[in-house]
Amino acid sequence: MLVNQFLFLGAVLFCIGVYGVLARRNAVLVLMSIELVLNAVNINLVAFGAMWHATDPANLSGQVFALFVIAVAAAEVGVGLALVLMIYRNRQSIDLDEVDLLKG
Amino acid sequence: MNLLDKVWIVPAIMAASFLLILFFGKRAGTKATAGLGIAAVSVCLVFSVVVAGQWINRVNHPPTGEKLAEDIRQANGLTPQTPEAVESEANAATHDAGQTVDQGSSSGSEHGAAATGAAEGESAAAPLAATEQPATPTAEGSTSAEGEHGAEHESVPPVVRTVTWFEIGPIHFELGTLVDGLSAMMLVTVCIISLLVHIYSTEYLHGDVRFTHYYAFLSLFTASMLFYVISSNTLQMLVGWELVGLCSFALIGHWWEEKNNTDAALKAFLTNRVGDMGLIIGVTITFFAAGATSFNVLHINEYALSGGANTTLLLVGALCLFGGVTSKSGQFPLHTWLPDAMAGPTPVSALIHAATMVVAGVYLIARLYAVFFQGLGIGSSSLHYVAFIGGFTTVMGGVLAFVQTDLKKVLAYSTISQLGYMVMALGVGAWTAGVFHLFTHAFFKACLFLGAGSVSHACHHTFDMREMGGLRKHMKSTHATFAIASLALAGIVPLAGFWSKDEILAGAQQGQRNAYTLMLVFGLITAFMTAAYMGRAYWMTFWGEYRGHGTPHESPKVITVPLWVLAICAIFLGFLNFPARFFGLELPSGVTTRFEHFVEPTFAFPQIEHPTFTPWLAVLSTVLAVAGIATAYLYFEKNKGPHGLTHRSGAARAGYTFLENKYYLDTLYTDIIAADTKGPLARAAYWFNQNVLDGIVDGAATVSKKVARFVYRDVDQLVVDGVVNGSGLVSEESGQFLRRMQTGKVQQYAAILFAGVVVLAGVLVFVV
Repeated sequence: MLVNQFLFLGAVLFCIGVYGVLARRNAVLVLMSIELVLNAVNINLVAFGAMWHATDPANLSGQVFALFVIAVAAAEVGVGLALVLMIYRNRQSIDLDEVDLLKG
Repeated sequence: MNLLDKVWIVPAIMAASFLLILFFGKRAGTKATAGLGIAAVSVCLVFSVVVAGQWINRVNHPPTGEKLAEDIRQANGLTPQTPEAVESEANAATHDAGQTVDQGSSSGSEHGAAATGAAEGESAAAPLAATEQPATPTAEGSTSAEGEHGAEHESVPPVVRTVTWFEIGPIHFELGTLVDGLSAMMLVTVCIISLLVHIYSTEYLHGDVRFTHYYAFLSLFTASMLFYVISSNTLQMLVGWELVGLCSFALIGHWWEEKNNTDAALKAFLTNRVGDMGLIIGVTITFFAAGATSFNVLHINEYALSGGANTTLLLVGALCLFGGVTSKSGQFPLHTWLPDAMAGPTPVSALIHAATMVVAGVYLIARLYAVFFQGLGIGSSSLHYVAFIGGFTTVMGGVLAFVQTDLKKVLAYSTISQLGYMVMALGVGAWTAGVFHLFTHAFFKACLFLGAGSVSHACHHTFDMREMGGLRKHMKSTHATFAIASLALAGIVPLAGFWSKDEILAGAQQGQRNAYTLMLVFGLITAFMTAAYMGRAYWMTFWGEYRGHGTPHESPKVITVPLWVLAICAIFLGFLNFPARFFGLELPSGVTTRFEHFVEPTFAFPQIEHPTFTPWLAVLSTVLAVAGIATAYLYFEKNKGPHGLTHRSGAARAGYTFLENKYYLDTLYTDIIAADTKGPLARAAYWFNQNVLDGIVDGAATVSKKVARFVYRDVDQLVVDGVVNGSGLVSEESGQFLRRMQTGKVQQYAAILFAGVVVLAGVLVFVV
């Protein structure tokens, strides 16, 4: 089984995610882009996990690790959305460029 | 209670009285102050009499055996030792009474050796036991308890009780009391006179501005004097000596509103300071002469007698100590302060400048007699330093008494003269005579001074005899007591002065190994002069017509009663040392020479010859005294003889002026010595100050200024500040630079993070 296609898909997704994180000004879109990044990693993990599984049926660590990442991503989105909601309530805007209170 | 052990209580009471008066006197009022002072002295007098009684009892029943050994051990202030060493020491001590000890006396090292080896102690005791007198101390004590005259009585060690003050190496500095006949006699004398003066002063200083101050210092003076006479070591004596000097200063300057009085107080203090230097050096020298282990007077005395002492050190030490005596006891040439000291209140003159403090010097010679005896070779050498100074002082003071018109100054010069007598007596080896004269003189001189005070009280506070006269009609008690005391001073039989003066003359005539003819001549001249100047003072004051203003009146009882007490003492106290043979009259030995028997030390005391009563000398001195009185009577009362000599004869006028200026000694001191030294000294000091000291100071300042400027400009401003400011600047600049990176924009941070990760990944992939 070839993993190239999966890795290629993961790389494309990662790049799209990074672009979204760095370039989007909407906080919700930034959070969504982070999801893309995480899922790109998940695809890589599952692909390598499946490759390992073919030779060693008892080894499922790639898949298990992907599940962990999904759980952490869910928690991260929970906290992130709560932050975004509070920012919106205070400033009536979720433009990240305007949230620069820590400017030196 | 055995007060001989606890005699420190006596000065302590007076010191407590001083403090109480000092702190509460003003509040309590004059009556309470005087009452407190009088009560304290009375208690002291009672204690002193008890001490004297217990001492007499001790001489009559001397301790024996264990107790004797213990007393001797404590007397020498030595560390515990073996019984054998104590025994040998006791044997040696009994020899002190009979003969000069050549060996086996106390040196510190010897006792150390004896203490370590008992056998050694025994061997030391053996030869001494062989040479011991037939009677053992015990047997001797019981047989000669009654005391035969002429025979040396057994050794009765003084009662010494000490506590350690502090220690430096092997030297113990001790505080202690020493009671023997001499100190017991002094205790009683000081207390009696002090008590009478306290009583007398209540009237004499009635309404004085500084009444409490006066009584406080009177108490302190009494305390110091008592402390001085019971001191067991020379250091303590030094303390007492300085304390009485201080009180003398304070009391002479009691009325300090007048410049004369403060000048007199300063003069007394400074003149005494000259002698005190001698005393301090003398104390140090005798300490080293006596093996540098102890300041104990008995130790020093015994060491001086032991023959092992360095005679040069002893000579120098004795001369230095005599310097102290010279100033304190008004000996030539440091006597000049004593007449000026009359600026103080009269009771003070009586107490301090006649009866007690000024005899501190005489007491010092008497106490450290072995040092003087051996050091100056009294009785053996041809250098009669002490005797000569005493004899010279006695004549010189007597002559000056003639030209004084101030009654108190006559008495002051008389005091100088009589102190010279005492010193002369000690100088010729007549110890008992000198001390006995000290004792009798205290009473009649105090009586004369208090009498003079009473006269002045009556005559509007003047002491000028030219403004008196005829007072016998107005002041019967004062007149009678003054006459009695004058006769006692002149030495008329049978008053106190006769016995003591006669003993001194006999001592000079018989001497130790050879007679002191020069001193005898001095003594006889003074006997004549004393009678004559006292006669002059007496007739000028009490006879003729009253020349002052107002009507004189007799003083109240509080003044006359002390006068009578002293006059009675002046009559009877001479019998205390009644000679063994008096013109063929031989009284039982139990009543003759009691003073000598009880007062003369028998422990660590040189062997001296006791003069015996000499009939022709007694007759001669009495005739001279009567002649002196007669001369004074004829010249001053009957106006016979060559009056107006000073107007007619140039030589007489010159002599009179010479005397009036007190031999120009004051001029010598102030105008020549002081003035000629202070000018050049001041100039030299000024030059030294300007050129050397100021040069050093200015130079140091200039150098430090330059150094400081360099440090400020180059080190501090450039280096230190540069570092500090530089670091601040660098931090600020870097902060300014770094704050630009702190945009607060999350995505920029993320971009940097991502870039960093990419770089790290690149490093991982391509480099590692």
